[in-house]
Amino acid sequence: MKCGIVVFPGSNCDHDCYHILKHVLKLDTHWIWHKDEGLDAFDFIVLPGGFSYGDYLRPGAIARFSPIMKSVIDYANQGGRVLGICNGFQILVESGLLPGVLMDNAGQKFICKNLTLRVENSDTPFTSQCTTGQVLSIPINHGQGRYFADDDTLKRLKDNDQVLFRYCDAEGNTSDAANPNGSLDHIAGIANESKNVMGMMPHPERCADPLWRNVDGQLIFKSLIESSLAHT
Amino acid sequence: MLAKIHVTLKNGVLDSQGKAVHHALNDLGYSEVQDVHLGKYMEIALKGVSEQEAQTRVTEMCEKLLANTVIESYRFTLEPSE
Repeated sequence: MKCGIVVFPGSNCDHDCYHILKHVLKLDTHWIWHKDEGLDAFDFIVLPGGFSYGDYLRPGAIARFSPIMKSVIDYANQGGRVLGICNGFQILVESGLLPGVLMDNAGQKFICKNLTLRVENSDTPFTSQCTTGQVLSIPINHGQGRYFADDDTLKRLKDNDQVLFRYCDAEGNTSDAANPNGSLDHIAGIANESKNVMGMMPHPERCADPLWRNVDGQLIFKSLIESSLAHT
Repeated sequence: MLAKIHVTLKNGVLDSQGKAVHHALNDLGYSEVQDVHLGKYMEIALKGVSEQEAQTRVTEMCEKLLANTVIESYRFTLEPSE
């Protein structure tokens, strides 16, 4: 199975993703430079976290016009699976592959901590190895992760089961106290309408190496692998 | 020609920076402050376009890149460069 990690100038979670996919999950993993074009050979693509182009103007705003993004958009529109993590999620909303926007955290502070998420829909290529309602422990690390969308968009997301993760407490209950950044409706991750593109602010690659106690992040990557196998 | 562009959050979108500055101004004793909105100001120098073309092209720049129209609105003026 062949997967690719897109590297933008300023990506800084690309090596973490590479390590998990290549060394832990033993996939044929490739770097994709932002100036490259063409992605047809890949089973899935990861847009990693970081600060592409220094987050200038808005996070993801400039990365979205990188040469590779034209290929990513074509790839996604043909049903290719794309996972965007943190800055990758921000790039996906800027590119229009996912609806809404990610704004400054409500508390104006950069937040780096472990927290818990509730799986809202396990019937997707990104969550098939989870169960709906399952609570995952995955860290966040961002200053601009407050998900926002207008009422119509939020309604569409909910009607079509596109919300995949919500911030919650350890028991799986959502509350303002368990919402780290003020995200609309506690949203931590969403998919597009056809569920082949997913963006999430938490970092599954930071809790997927069995050398660590927490490997909840593996569930996301293993789901992607399963769905890719089913596809081929 | 010089385009002077303001990008601000749309009404109804929580402006957390504006809110923080608002609180700080109130704390400093400026109790008359009712509301604060923060935005971005950009100057873009243009060459070889008429004012009409500049109008169209700067609008395009704002829509494509400079503002995220999901949450931001923009306005600009065009001035002859010095």
